[in-house]
Parts: sequence; C-alpha cells; structure tokens
Amino acid sequence: MSESKIIDACNTFCPGPLMELITYMKQANVGDTLELLSTDNGTASDVPEWINKVGHEMISSEKVGEVWHIKVRKTK
Amino acid sequence: MRILVVGGGCGGTILANNLARRLAGEIRARKARITMLSASDQHMYQPGLLYVAFGQMMPDELYRDQASLLESNIEFHVDPVEEFQLDQDQVRTESGKIHQYDVLVIATGSRIVPEEVPGLTEGAETFYTEESAVKMFKALREFQGGKLAIVVGVPHKCPIAPVEVTFSLHDYFKTRGIRDKVKMKYHYPINRIHTIENVAKWTKPEFDRIGVEYETLFNVKEVDVKNKVVKSEEGTETEYDLLISIPPHRGMEVIEKNKLGQGGWIPTDRHQLTMEGRDNIYVLGDTTNLPVSKTGSAAHFEAEVVADNIASIVKIGAPVREYDGKVYCFIEAGHDRATYAMFNYQNPPDLKSPNKSMHWFKMAYNKMYWTSVRGLL
Repeated sequence: MSESKIIDACNTFCPGPLMELITYMKQANVGDTLELLSTDNGTASDVPEWINKVGHEMISSEKVGEVWHIKVRKTK
Repeated sequence: MRILVVGGGCGGTILANNLARRLAGEIRARKARITMLSASDQHMYQPGLLYVAFGQMMPDELYRDQASLLESNIEFHVDPVEEFQLDQDQVRTESGKIHQYDVLVIATGSRIVPEEVPGLTEGAETFYTEESAVKMFKALREFQGGKLAIVVGVPHKCPIAPVEVTFSLHDYFKTRGIRDKVKMKYHYPINRIHTIENVAKWTKPEFDRIGVEYETLFNVKEVDVKNKVVKSEEGTETEYDLLISIPPHRGMEVIEKNKLGQGGWIPTDRHQLTMEGRDNIYVLGDTTNLPVSKTGSAAHFEAEVVADNIASIVKIGAPVREYDGKVYCFIEAGHDRATYAMFNYQNPPDLKSPNKSMHWFKMAYNKMYWTSVRGLL
C-alpha cells in the first residue's frame, strides 16, 4: 500500500530541499507520494528538473504564503 | 535526576562534559547522575580521516581513550544499547544490563552504507573509515594518471567533504607532478555543484580554474567494476580509472531495529531537539532527522543547547534555550588554503576567499578538537 509523507525542508541551507527530497525518495517505496515543503524559491524549478530527468512523477507545485508545497510520486 | 547519554561520539561527549560541570553540585549532592553508554572505549576525530587519505595524518593521531575525555563525575560504560524501552524509561544493553533514566540523550551517530549501491564497495575508494582512508592513500600513491571520478551518495555526513576532497586531490597530484596526467570529473546529486548556493557559486569558478569537470544531477545507481564505469539514476555514465566516493549514510542499526526512525534518523524537534512525542528524550548530531548538516559542528552546537536545557530543567524545572540551526564548517580549498561556512536556519553562509591563515587555523583545530570535545572550547 502506497504512503504519503511530508518533508519539511523550510528554512534550511544544508543539506537543502532537493537533497532532502532525494534522501526521502531513496527510503520511499514505488507509488509513495512525497510532499516537499520549502521556503527556497529555487526549489520550484529545481525539483521538476530532477524529477523529469530521473523519471519520477510531478503531481503538483504551489506556493501557499511563503511556503512551496511540491508533491511528487516515486515511480521506479 | 538520572541522565543517560547513549553514544560517546562528538555530540554525546560534549553534552555529557558540559552537563557534568553545570551539575557538579547536584551530582555531589546525589541529586543528579550522568551515565554514558558507548560502543567503544576509543573516541575518533573523524574529520582527520581526510588527512589520513592524503598521508598528512597517521591513523593513531585520530584516537584518544574515551574515558580520558570525560569529566570524572560521569559514569562511563562500554556497553552499547540493544533495546530502547521508551515506555518504561529504560534501555537494555548488550551485556543485558537495564539502565533506567529520567532524561535520555540519543547520540549514536551514523554509518556508511556503500553496499546500498551495487559495486561501490569494491569499485571505489573512500575515506570515511580508518581502513578505507589508508587504502585510499595507497591507491592515490600508486595512481600514475588517467580518469578520476568523484561521486557522492545521499545522504552523507560532512556536506563539505565532496568539495574538500576534490581540491585536495588536485593539490596532491600537482605536488606529485602528475596533475596534467589526471583528468578529474566531479559528480553531484543536485543541479548545482554544491547544495549550499554560496558554496556552489564559489566552487564553480575554482573548479574551472583548476581544470575539474563536473556533472550535476548525478545520483550514483551502480558501479560496473569490471568495465570501470559508474552509472547514475538519471541515465548517464562516466568511465574511470580511479573512483573516489562519498558513500551514502544511514543512522545506526540499533535505531532502525528499535523502529525509532526511518533510515536510522530519529524524528526530532528542530528547536527543542527533543524526540517527537517524547519530552524527556533528546536527540543529537547525525542521529536526528533534522534538515541540518550531519557534521561534528552541528552536533557540537546542539550539544551545548541540550546541556543548558537539561541543566536548567534540573535547576529551575524548565528549558532555557532553543537550537537555531547553527553550523560552522571549515572548508579546505586544497592543501594550503581554507575558508569557512557559518549558517543557521535563517541566515545562509557568506563565503570569504580562501587563505592560508584559515588553513592553519583548521590545522590547529585538528589538535584543539580534544579541548573542544571536553566541552572547554
């Protein structure tokens, strides 16, 4: 059964939001959904670039207040 | 108040020593007791491994007897914890002994897991253990030139290490007079050459200047040892003659076996440093799941906060400080220059140009660490 997990990477410079997402992606199972929270505006373009290159699935990306909510699904 | 510290690394030792001094009166009056449980009677200065890999430090320089680093009012046992019985406020050790506590500090650290990447253990050199650092030095010494690739696993301890080892490799081969025979290529998991934006901005022109190629969005998938090719999750591959890796890490097995946190990282409150859902349990250093660097520096600053808070809980019944995410990292920019990155949750690092004096400060800190870990610096 697939799971959903929230990764709070707000206000962090190291290891940073995308590195956090990669860490949790490695731990996740195929089909799991991860929602990355980030206050770094660069995350909004960094995450889709990696997801598209590595072959996972972008679900959504939206900014609520100061926080980006980026949802992805592990596909392989 | 029974305070139990599990783990005798950088964070656990600094915490225990700070606490022992703050609570000296209470310990004398038998109102408080500090016990440390560790897996080893030795304490290793882990940042020294990078120097071992380049023949600049000998392995025996990295160790001290753990007992010699601790305040005399700390009860120390080499008897690692096997079972955390959190609902009973107790742990069971390898020897079968039960230790009860009022406050528990978990600082068990992390471990490398190169075996998670097929071929990485056999195919790559690294420097995250004494044995591997010595082996890497010998491999470097025998290397006469060719394609050298540097790859980085996720997550990893010491985020500055990929950059530092690359600069050090450049200087090492330059000193040997064979730099022109070595084609260096650096690979990094995200879409710039370091996760800290200001470090990436500084490093890129430096790599261009010293002739280091780089590929970003490269997460190591497997190493084809026979054909000497390293492949990425993103579908690219690089041929190598010598492969250097920053291996992926996990938290310690005991954390995973006790189901305290996925990957061995314990869910931790980023300001209070308490384990989520457990007010009398603190988590330090690499063991946390916090979005901060896994470094001795983070463990050090966290330990100071937790020591202040446990001491104030004993004295006035409430914690007094919050951790602000502070980290200070030296950055060796080769064998004779260095800079540093200091940051917290709110403020990014502002990098200065590397210079010789910062390098000598780092060399001095390699010795001063033993003062630092006693909680005196």
